[in-house]
Amino acid sequence: MHELAVCQGMLRQVMDITRREQARTVTRILVQVGPLSGVEPRLLSQAFPIASAGTPAAGAVLELESLPVRVRCEQCGAETDARPNRLLCGACGDYHTRLLSGDELLLVSVELER
Amino acid sequence: MCDTCGCNITPGNRHLILGQGKLARTEDGRSAVTVLSRLLSENDVQALHNRRHFDQHGVLAINLMSAPGSGKTALLEATIDALGDEFRIGVVEGDLETENDAERIRARGVPAVQIVTGTACHLDAHMLHDALHRIDLDSLDILFIENVGNLVCPASFDLGHHRNVTLLSVTEGDDKPAKYPVMFRGTDLLVLSKSDLLEILGDFDPAAAERHLRALASRAPVMALSARKGIELDAWLDWLRAEVRAQRERLERGDSLTPVMQPEGARLHETQPAPAPEPGP
Repeated sequence: MHELAVCQGMLRQVMDITRREQARTVTRILVQVGPLSGVEPRLLSQAFPIASAGTPAAGAVLELESLPVRVRCEQCGAETDARPNRLLCGACGDYHTRLLSGDELLLVSVELER
Repeated sequence: MCDTCGCNITPGNRHLILGQGKLARTEDGRSAVTVLSRLLSENDVQALHNRRHFDQHGVLAINLMSAPGSGKTALLEATIDALGDEFRIGVVEGDLETENDAERIRARGVPAVQIVTGTACHLDAHMLHDALHRIDLDSLDILFIENVGNLVCPASFDLGHHRNVTLLSVTEGDDKPAKYPVMFRGTDLLVLSKSDLLEILGDFDPAAAERHLRALASRAPVMALSARKGIELDAWLDWLRAEVRAQRERLERGDSLTPVMQPEGARLHETQPAPAPEPGP
């Protein structure tokens, strides 16, 4: 369970941005958490109120976005949907694929109020 | 993924950059700042620093991961016995409590530093950095980092190492790669440990374990061995020798190596635009 540590790290980044932009409060934080990121969105949401208490982000909305798991096949070139534990090409079934999306763990944007 | 080359921009988020630019005003006068940095960027920066340390000292750093009790320490003991005269080996041990594993390694005449994580379920780049101050990298060829026994959390944290090695003991079930895809997808080598028990158990199919690994689009080699009984250790020892050679060749070229997942992400997205420059103060 490292979601609290991940959340605290995210908030340190958000606080740096808040100071840089000379803002008073944070109103919204948008984060992308893919199914293959190793972080559980529900636990991240639960950690947020605890980690943000007493900071300018205390009342902010934490919005979590999950991108679909998609792969591109190196054999046939197809781009298809996949599952976290089945990253085979959906067209030809080969395992020589590269992940296109689904492993994101990104702080996308922060909305601030001056 | 990093925050400098644009590899963190995916088909799912590029519209955020291409649209209104990095800093956009919303209708009610609030400002929205586009960031697009890894949530673990603090850890990643420290990991990069650790990797530079290893490269400067000519050390190959290997992150050993598995469930508790898969035989990571036993594999290290057998490796030290086999290669102790060939390479200078050091070990960093991660456990929630006790110095037991570090003591087992020291008993083999090899320097070992124990990180006691308390309640933390994984090692991170900062913990490893603190431990590196207690070990002389100049006197090492290979540093093994034995991560906390856990098939979940250690997979998310880059430590600054060069290679991920994951152990799956034959007592655990051959479908573990399907159950823990984040862990097994990132491995550079899968070791099926305790292979001497295969016949006794009769229900672990090494071919099925490999199939589950391939389903994660992994090209990592798979090898079965028994560290305790000294069975089929040669493939593992040869893999290590080849990795030490490859690390020396990389350093001569001035290259470095990050574990299997990060460079893949970079290659995938390299044709896409880099984020807009930071707005001035």
